[in-house]
Amino acid sequence: MKFEIFVTLKKEVLDPQGKAVEGAIQNLGLSNISNIRQGKYFTLEVNDSNEEKATQQAEEACKKLLANLTIEEYSIKKIG
Amino acid sequence: MKASVIVFPGSNCDRDVQVALQKFQIDTTMVWHQETSLPKSDLVVLPGGFSYGDYLRCGSMASKSKVMNEVIKHAKDGGYVFGICNGFQILTETGLLPGALLRNSKLKFICKNVFIKTTNNQTAFTKKIPENKILSIPIAHNEGNYFASKEEIQSLKEYNQIVFQYCDEEGNISGESNPNGSFLNIAGISNQTKNVLGMMPHPERSIDQLLGGVDGQGIFQSLL
Amino acid sequence: METVSVDQAIKLGLTSSEFEKIKELIGREPNFTELGIFSAMWNEHCSYKSSRVWLSQLPTKNKYVIQGPGENAGVIDIGGEDVAIFKIESHNHPSYIEPYQGAATGVGGILRDVFTMGARPVANLNSIRFGRPEHAKTKYLLNGVVSGIAGYGNCMGIPTVGGEVEFDECYDGNILVNAMNIGIAKKDKVFLSIASGIGNPVIYVGSKTGRDGIHGASMASQEFDDNSEAKKPTVQVGDPFAEKLLLEACLELMKTDTIVSIQDMGAAGLTSSSVEMASKGKLGIEIDLNKVPCREENMQPFELMLSESQERMLIVLKEGKEKEAEKIFKKWDLDFSVIGKMTDSKNLVLHFKDEIVCDIPITSLADEAPKYNRKWESTPLPQEIDMDQKLKDLDIKTCLKQLLSHENQANKTWVWEQYDHMVMGDTIQKPGGDAAVVRVHGTNKALAASVDCTPRYCLAHPFTGGMQAVCETYRNLSAVGAEPRAITNCLNFGNPEKKEIMGQFVDVIKGIKEACTELDYPVISGNVSLYNETNGVGIKPTPTIGGVGLIQDVNNTMTYGLKSSDSLLIVVGETKGHIHQSALCHDILYLKKGPPPTMNLQEEKKNSFFIRDLIEKKLTQSVHDVSDGGIALAIAEMCMAGTIGAKISTNLTGPERIKYLFGEDQARYIIEIKKEDLNNLVQMAKEQEISMTQLGSTNLEQFAIDEIKISVDEMIKLNNNWFYNYNSN
Repeated sequence: MKFEIFVTLKKEVLDPQGKAVEGAIQNLGLSNISNIRQGKYFTLEVNDSNEEKATQQAEEACKKLLANLTIEEYSIKKIG
Repeated sequence: MKASVIVFPGSNCDRDVQVALQKFQIDTTMVWHQETSLPKSDLVVLPGGFSYGDYLRCGSMASKSKVMNEVIKHAKDGGYVFGICNGFQILTETGLLPGALLRNSKLKFICKNVFIKTTNNQTAFTKKIPENKILSIPIAHNEGNYFASKEEIQSLKEYNQIVFQYCDEEGNISGESNPNGSFLNIAGISNQTKNVLGMMPHPERSIDQLLGGVDGQGIFQSLL
Repeated sequence: METVSVDQAIKLGLTSSEFEKIKELIGREPNFTELGIFSAMWNEHCSYKSSRVWLSQLPTKNKYVIQGPGENAGVIDIGGEDVAIFKIESHNHPSYIEPYQGAATGVGGILRDVFTMGARPVANLNSIRFGRPEHAKTKYLLNGVVSGIAGYGNCMGIPTVGGEVEFDECYDGNILVNAMNIGIAKKDKVFLSIASGIGNPVIYVGSKTGRDGIHGASMASQEFDDNSEAKKPTVQVGDPFAEKLLLEACLELMKTDTIVSIQDMGAAGLTSSSVEMASKGKLGIEIDLNKVPCREENMQPFELMLSESQERMLIVLKEGKEKEAEKIFKKWDLDFSVIGKMTDSKNLVLHFKDEIVCDIPITSLADEAPKYNRKWESTPLPQEIDMDQKLKDLDIKTCLKQLLSHENQANKTWVWEQYDHMVMGDTIQKPGGDAAVVRVHGTNKALAASVDCTPRYCLAHPFTGGMQAVCETYRNLSAVGAEPRAITNCLNFGNPEKKEIMGQFVDVIKGIKEACTELDYPVISGNVSLYNETNGVGIKPTPTIGGVGLIQDVNNTMTYGLKSSDSLLIVVGETKGHIHQSALCHDILYLKKGPPPTMNLQEEKKNSFFIRDLIEKKLTQSVHDVSDGGIALAIAEMCMAGTIGAKISTNLTGPERIKYLFGEDQARYIIEIKKEDLNNLVQMAKEQEISMTQLGSTNLEQFAIDEIKISVDEMIKLNNNWFYNYNSN
């Protein structure tokens, strides 16, 4: 079972990269674009045909490694 | 010889390279990245540092600065352009040099002296350095792992664009002497016309015996 | 106005009697915002309420001190028009919770303290201490802290030139991250945080304010327990890129004639910065919170005042200079907002929406903050114990090998290669030497700096340990040829409400005082970190000392790597063989009892003068201070650094030989000299009443102690591997 996972900084946590990218985008003249947040994207496969169990394992991967829950949050989507 | 050093927000080796250029009597002007014209210069230096904090991709945002249009024009007209460390990353992002610089293979920032071999001394930047001369020059980067497509590598070889390669003290170019995982141990390359050079090691940190060495001075002397 | 209860006060870290005192001081019940402000100003971190009475005893003046404690950092004269500005500060608790960001923002904070005063920061140092290597969190914490220090310092383009790394069980649940920075400024361009001028505009510059680290300052004043993980969301994220812009913008503004005073927003953010500036100027301050640049929506006055968002500064400008200043900050893409003015009310007045949300006397927050004279109990000097039975059968080669490969003596290249230690083009001695040496840009002089502490000595006898930490920096600076000028200190201790811990603190202060006075080596800045305890177990007392000295001629500095295989090796200072509390006993044999080595401050001073004189007269080839591991380890380190061997003879056997080789008597240096200089040196030592013993000579590829031999190559391998092996799996 295949999942895609987005890890982003929590909304209330400063995102220095997003902030700098936003500045550069505006310097390029794209002044209507704002609130840029940068994150990480993962795809992974879980070798388990039970969707609930597979999702659980993907969740575990997020909690234990992919996301730093001190400052980040994640979302999981099944893609195949 | 007149040089312009471009200062991006986050550049931090701008002063170091200014000191080096002035040591070799090169008349140097600092140019802010938002300028829309360059002072009359023979050489443009893109210094090391963390332009835009190295955010997004190293050098990516700096490569879109206003002044870079002028730098590209200067290079296309045959003027010298020299990118050191972050400057090299910016040059690959602008397309003036092929390839890209990825995260070091050991995923750590590395600051130390390394040995590099002058594989090509037929450029404006290396013409006073004997061919295959081994230089000891510091590196200080997190993303210096040179990568290019097969075609690009083929073309680099064909046009003799590989200028510096990491090696050991005896000049052996091997996996062990490769500090960051660079393809073919590449430490520096030029464009086809040899007027643009990008390198990860910092020659401006190697011009003073008191600070540990003078092997970088050959590059500045070549430009005179 | 909503009222608050004593329960809320306690939740914010105040005691019920402190709550009563607040009501008395302001003559009414505080509202929630006011209570928050009191809790931030009155906590240990900002008010030094447990430590103030003792800190005031430290010597803070000599002929070089221009600014002592009380400002963002201390200032000393380094000749000509130049001054050095420096300070060390802890970021222990945040680094335990989120090591990368905690360490990064620790570096960011100390940098702001230094450039706030008008200096360009030129050297970072740090002292980091972790639990046992085998503790489950140690590897993660070590990697996070080192990357965090690297991430911030490297991006700022300020070299990290020195520091110390230690592992000890006592830090399992409380790591220490102490960051030091040194900057250089011109004497007539030093900026202070004393506000003046009624009506002068107060401006906010830097990054926007979010809900970062709200109540981080109170967190730093509480013990940890197993729920500390739940406190995680208060950790701030550092943005070194924003700080680099802030640094350049501030230095540019400082060249203009616009600034009255300037203060960085560190712990307790806008609260402490505004109160401190007003308090020092004996003025009032009025702030319109609607004008504070915000990153998040619906931020409340409590949050705006207590946020610890990084990379922000508060500046009082001369009237009418707002436009000139704004232009500079806009150039650097930084927020700039006029948020208030200085007043003659002597109160902190805050406006939010259309209300006054705070109106309290500045004196009640600062001068009237509680001051406790906590109960304390001195630690007596432990008795010596007879160790001869345990020492008599030890194999010297094995001891040396164990020390060389022990994590605390291992080569730290793995750590400092991650730090850019060369940027700015003035690093003359990189990390790994006795002290870092950084040239003063564009001159022929240099600063030397060293950060030191020996916590095992401090635990055994805090008074001696306090003295020793000061002396160790003094010796390290002397060994590179620098004249020691002043120190900064970072005092890391457990819970001061326990009388034995408070006693450690008091004894250490007394030790520091004694050493600083005798050596004319005052304290010019510093910080106190208390409550370094987890589940009731405190750390060893760890007073980290950062010493700074001056080298008049950059060509006259000394390193410790052996230079020739045809020289003599001499130990300067008396060797009595004090083995108690040595690295050998503590780390290898686990014999942790007994007194630390005795300090003799007169000897320290005399030997330091002697060594510096030899270096100046070019009579030494290399110099190394003798510390952990005694003579044996000191010479081994000289061999490894120079890849040259040594041959020494002890004329001793059994336990006496072990004590001679590994004992840690103080005030000693090993020097390498040319054979032809020996007579001259002996004469000089005699004249100056210096104890000096010839140990042997340098050698080709082996380190030989009497009949025992080990190759330099083998020592290098043993010494180099620990960090690489530890981090490779």
